Amino acid sequence: MPSSENGRLAVRKTYKLFIGGAFPRSESGRVYPVLGRGGALLGNAAQASRKDARDAVSAARAAAGTWSGATAYNRGQVLYRVAEMLEGRAAQFTAEVAAAENIREPKAGQQVDAAIDRWVWYAGWPDKVAQVAGGANPVAGPYFNFSVPEPTGVVAVIAPQESSLLGLVSVVAPVIATGNAAVVVASQDRPLPAISLAEVLATSDLPRGVVNLLTGSTAELAPVLAGHMDVNAIDVTGVAGADRAELERLAADNVKRVFAAEQDWAAPPTTQRMLAFLETKTVWHPMGT
Amino acid sequence: MTDTVPWDYAPAPQERGIVTIAPSYGLFVGGEFAAAADGRTFATVNPATEEPLAEVALAGEADVDRAVRAARAAYEKVWGPMPGAQRAKYIYRIARLIAERAREFAVLESLDNGKPIKESRDVDVPLASAHFFYHAGWADKLEYAGFGPARPVGVAGQVIPWNFPLLMAAWKLAPALAAGNTCVLKPAETTPLTALLLAEVCQQAELPAGVVNIITGAGETGAALVAHPGVDKIAFTGSTEVGKQILRSAAGTGKKLTMELGGKAANIVFEDAPLEGAVEGIVNGIFFNQGHVCCAGSRLLVQESVADILLDRLRRRLGTLRLGDPLDKNTDIGAINSRQQLDKIRELSAAGETEGAERWSPACELPDRGYWFPPTLFTGVSQSSRIAREEIFGPVLSVLTFRTPEEAVAKANNTPYGLSAGVWTEKGSRILWLAQRMRAGVVWANTYNRFDPASPFGGYRESGFGREGGRHGLRAYLDA
Repeated sequence: MPSSENGRLAVRKTYKLFIGGAFPRSESGRVYPVLGRGGALLGNAAQASRKDARDAVSAARAAAGTWSGATAYNRGQVLYRVAEMLEGRAAQFTAEVAAAENIREPKAGQQVDAAIDRWVWYAGWPDKVAQVAGGANPVAGPYFNFSVPEPTGVVAVIAPQESSLLGLVSVVAPVIATGNAAVVVASQDRPLPAISLAEVLATSDLPRGVVNLLTGSTAELAPVLAGHMDVNAIDVTGVAGADRAELERLAADNVKRVFAAEQDWAAPPTTQRMLAFLETKTVWHPMGT
Repeated sequence: MTDTVPWDYAPAPQERGIVTIAPSYGLFVGGEFAAAADGRTFATVNPATEEPLAEVALAGEADVDRAVRAARAAYEKVWGPMPGAQRAKYIYRIARLIAERAREFAVLESLDNGKPIKESRDVDVPLASAHFFYHAGWADKLEYAGFGPARPVGVAGQVIPWNFPLLMAAWKLAPALAAGNTCVLKPAETTPLTALLLAEVCQQAELPAGVVNIITGAGETGAALVAHPGVDKIAFTGSTEVGKQILRSAAGTGKKLTMELGGKAANIVFEDAPLEGAVEGIVNGIFFNQGHVCCAGSRLLVQESVADILLDRLRRRLGTLRLGDPLDKNTDIGAINSRQQLDKIRELSAAGETEGAERWSPACELPDRGYWFPPTLFTGVSQSSRIAREEIFGPVLSVLTFRTPEEAVAKANNTPYGLSAGVWTEKGSRILWLAQRMRAGVVWANTYNRFDPASPFGGYRESGFGREGGRHGLRAYLDA
């Protein structure tokens, strides 16, 4: 936040994209103003281009194998580490959420606390979801037949527009907890907490490219991701209902899984968002001497 | 051992008279058979002889609307409110009736579809009955399925293909009914007869009117069904191309969807595999049901060190396959289901030759009438070739080789599809290593084309989404 205390001039932050573990500006050179209470300028956010979106997909694809191949225990630890990092910067996030959402700090603080707790909740899932979503199947034959959930792959996430941090965490954490790599489009008008979250992710042992974060126009970026042939699924929760049909049509080109579910972000989550981005693999293993 | 068999098989025909085919069939809506509103019909033919079997009503939009309304009424008044234990008993009845009338179903299936009687008798029909039996037991146990409070979706519009007509009807109807939904099912236009016999079974089971409605027709009928605003859930099995059309047409409607689409599966044979078993598995993988199988092992990936010996044995085995009358109990390869499909297989096979692959078929006499295609092997196939990339849906196997397990994985996954894969090796650890790396929904190890109602089936990527069978299959029909 731009502030000067004791006469010291604050050092402002340049808000950038988060792609492949780096923080580049948009290749287009575009930025857009992000406004707070009374139209005050909070900062300029990078306005990601179609090319930035494609670069983010490439970065996610490159990371998908490593991340899905990591042990579930390791993924859980990394997610827990995110919670730790966020906890340490709770005050910063409280101020940013308050400014972004034009709410008072105590209420913003509750959102930050809930966001931290959400990471903790999801940190416990990577090494349990296979037991909940998979199992052994009693087939009529000499086979050990079992089903295991596997990540869908690269998932595009259009984050909720209103809830700049808690909503964002609630849609991103389940995607990566299950081993997917994500390309996230942050809330268009409230993107700054998302960029700070990217800084947290960058320092939480999360392999580069597992989460890539774009800021800019949802209407410009969502169709690029929905139509991208190397994106396997898309969460369109952050897109207004009337605008989803076109994205669903684009998604059909490579049979993307399309998911949307608004919810009260303060309410306890369910497994729904994790199950939406898992495939079920069934293996027939022979038995015999 | 010689390559020629010293004696010939005597014909062993299954008696056709066990099933009575009516000259014409109506649509099954609201528990009754009735003609289409505009009186239109179409013929279904025996693909082995090209003789018409029956005239079948062609459902138009008015008929689709009537069927969806019947399903809605049954959902709201009867099937939805009915206790699960009661629904279970109806579904058990259907399972038992299919088993009782199994031979009728088998003969009818082979007549209408062209598949060998030994397959319809030993695979399609028993599995269809088993599928109803398995799902019947779920109807009063849905709260244990792990998807939260068990709420049905409503009216399911279900469109199925011609390759396993009765079995696909069972895969669609059984879980939908168990979960408390009502159904409008559209069988494929070339294979409507066993679904209509299943409608008769529903009557015999005294299933309440409107719970299952079966409307016959072609693509337009299916399009009208999936587009009907009264349909809450669309379940489709068929080509990826049509699946994408349905996805586009359903965009923005909020309808719940499951898609079981095409495939181009790799069947991977390692050098340590038991080769005799692998040969049988390769044959079963691609020549079962004339290769009209979405999960067919249509790309054989064989380790270079054993390629020559394996292909030698495979060719010899293909020489013993018997092609001909689907109702003969000795027949291995039946008729191609339709002229249209035969044309597609011919076109892609010609493209295989044009693109430089080497084509081989055993000496094989094709009947004069009907639609036939000999078992065919392509060697020297490149990954970019159409016969390595496109689903042929016929008895055509493309052979590629690999040196290392990593290369096998890369080649197997080099496709937009992801329905199934096969692996042949004696090493259990290698099976699991490979299974983990396959981007495919079903992996068969030292077996192929095996199905079970308890085993979830369905694809990754452009092979579709959602599962059929097992606990996972229920989720497709629950409002979870």
